[in-house]
Amino acid sequence: MSKGRFGIHGGQYIPETLMNAVIELEEAYNHYKDDPEFVRELSALFNEYAGRPSRLYFASKMTADLGGAKIYLKREDLNHTGAHKINNVLGQALLAKKMGKTRLIAETGAGQHGVATATAAALMDMECVVFMGEEDTIRQALNVYRMRLLGAEVIPVKTGTATLKDAVSEAMREWTSRISDTHYCLGSVMGPHPFPTIVRDFQAVISKEIREQILEKEGKLPDAVLACVGGGSNAIGSFYHFIGDEGVKLIGCEAAGRGVDTFETAATIATGRLGIFHGMKSYFCQDEDGQIAPVYSISAGLDYPGIGPEHAYLHDTGRAEYVPVTDEEAVDAFEYLARTEGIIPAIESAHAVAHAMKIAPGMSPDQVIVITLSGRGDKDCAAIARYRGEDLHE
Amino acid sequence: MSNIHKAFENGKAFIPFITCGDPDLATTAAVVRTAVANGADLIELGIPFSDPTAEGPVIQGANLRALSGGVRTDQIFDLVRQLRTDVTVPMVFMTYANVVFSYGAEKFIATCREIGIDGLILPDLPFEEKGEFLPLCRQYGVDLISLIAPTSRERISMIAAEAEGFLYIVSSLGVTGTRTEITTDLDAIVRVVRQNTEIPCAIGFGISTPEQARKMASVSDGAIVGSAIIKILARYGKDAAPYVGEYVRSMKVAVMQCD
Repeated sequence: MSKGRFGIHGGQYIPETLMNAVIELEEAYNHYKDDPEFVRELSALFNEYAGRPSRLYFASKMTADLGGAKIYLKREDLNHTGAHKINNVLGQALLAKKMGKTRLIAETGAGQHGVATATAAALMDMECVVFMGEEDTIRQALNVYRMRLLGAEVIPVKTGTATLKDAVSEAMREWTSRISDTHYCLGSVMGPHPFPTIVRDFQAVISKEIREQILEKEGKLPDAVLACVGGGSNAIGSFYHFIGDEGVKLIGCEAAGRGVDTFETAATIATGRLGIFHGMKSYFCQDEDGQIAPVYSISAGLDYPGIGPEHAYLHDTGRAEYVPVTDEEAVDAFEYLARTEGIIPAIESAHAVAHAMKIAPGMSPDQVIVITLSGRGDKDCAAIARYRGEDLHE
Repeated sequence: MSNIHKAFENGKAFIPFITCGDPDLATTAAVVRTAVANGADLIELGIPFSDPTAEGPVIQGANLRALSGGVRTDQIFDLVRQLRTDVTVPMVFMTYANVVFSYGAEKFIATCREIGIDGLILPDLPFEEKGEFLPLCRQYGVDLISLIAPTSRERISMIAAEAEGFLYIVSSLGVTGTRTEITTDLDAIVRVVRQNTEIPCAIGFGISTPEQARKMASVSDGAIVGSAIIKILARYGKDAAPYVGEYVRSMKVAVMQCD
């Protein structure tokens, strides 16, 4: 079995042209990850620039309203650039810089990873090109402007379904044509080894903090940790330091779109099967001939037909549970959290909020749930307004 | 061992790539036959994939046209069965790992053997992952073709030493598609290949003109052309066969001038 396996999942299913690039990346990462200077520089960026540690907020009104478990919100939405994406990007950009790269390329769905990459590139004086599905450039027009304002070039991808998977494909194509000065700053725990491991390690700061914060506030570990899952970076970041704690339920909330019994869904664990795509073996939404399915979700950030290989493994072993959440449930949760706690979550994160609303009432008041709010919802307001029938455009 | 070596017994080889079902399977059959009649030594048959990450816009377009036409893997197997009633040159499939994996690797590779497919080219299956399909390919006598890229450097000897069928040398960085210039030092790559294996090697990616084909074949054992042929298909659609035939003849003449 090749490198970078999580059970049977993972691996390096990429063109030969890219093999030396991922091998060099792995070597550089193994060298720097424990290098005291690298670790010091990255913590300084996390703390001074991104605003870490992020808060673990006790949602008292939501807790009282749902009448069950105590609910805490891990506020990744309060990070600089408004999402957890900055954690991974600062790590990868710093690593790329150490490797002598001068140019970052990235894919983006909702635009959050693109904005974070453009931000890091501006900070570190690097060139930046972001690939974004044309459909998503329309859904998330404001983020396109943000990336351009930060000095990045945004290339609308018109191939396939013109969404996140096509942006990943196009970024991979660009990387094969220009490797020597370019680092592909992949935004999730997916793709070929070593990306799923590197991205997880940079996002694992989320669960490291949750663990310390909840022990301080509650004197015990949480009963459940919930996060939304597309590729799965905020979820693996939220789960990682709890994987060894059997008492902590880990729940990933997938985008079911219009429902797992329709074709308009992006719930990979619920509707996909084992396959090989975008450099990894994992579960994918696909047809009988292995053609990748044109998935759908109201959330551009979860609109991806696969799931990271470590999640596929956590599903196989039963250590984590993956549940589908529909557009309608996510939008309800988006509005609920805004009115109840005065917090507008990203529509992606609202999927996790929605599932918490289902399970919290059935739990006892001495139990604790942590929901990771992976991002803030400003970017989604116009789209949600339109979903509710209002004629609002940015 | 498969019949692939036979493709390299008529002087330098010319290897056309054709996406099955672009725009329909009847056209694919006609184009394959005319390519063979005009001197093609080995046929690379593309099984379309929804997300072909190693392809440029031209072959992406062919994949899209074929899938929009509703072509299925089983229909492509039937096409090959029908072609094998009269086509004797070696034929290989070019597709992506998921098409093989998802069909059921054993069923796919056993069917290749049964219908007369000699090899498999999977651009997203590098040396490190070939264990995914290699045991089955060996069992059924289908060659799993290895690729070498301009970035392979110290990997060339490792890949060449274990290569089967023929070696596919990628001429340039990036994805498939025609290029006005090929700047990689292919001589140097081929020298390392020759030190490590006796199997033939052919160069692909970026070749469209007879002059380029002659140059590439002069440093190797043959030239592979995809996008330039797909462009003819995109232009003439169901009437493309005679135009492809004419083009293949000019390319085979060019590569033969190397000897």
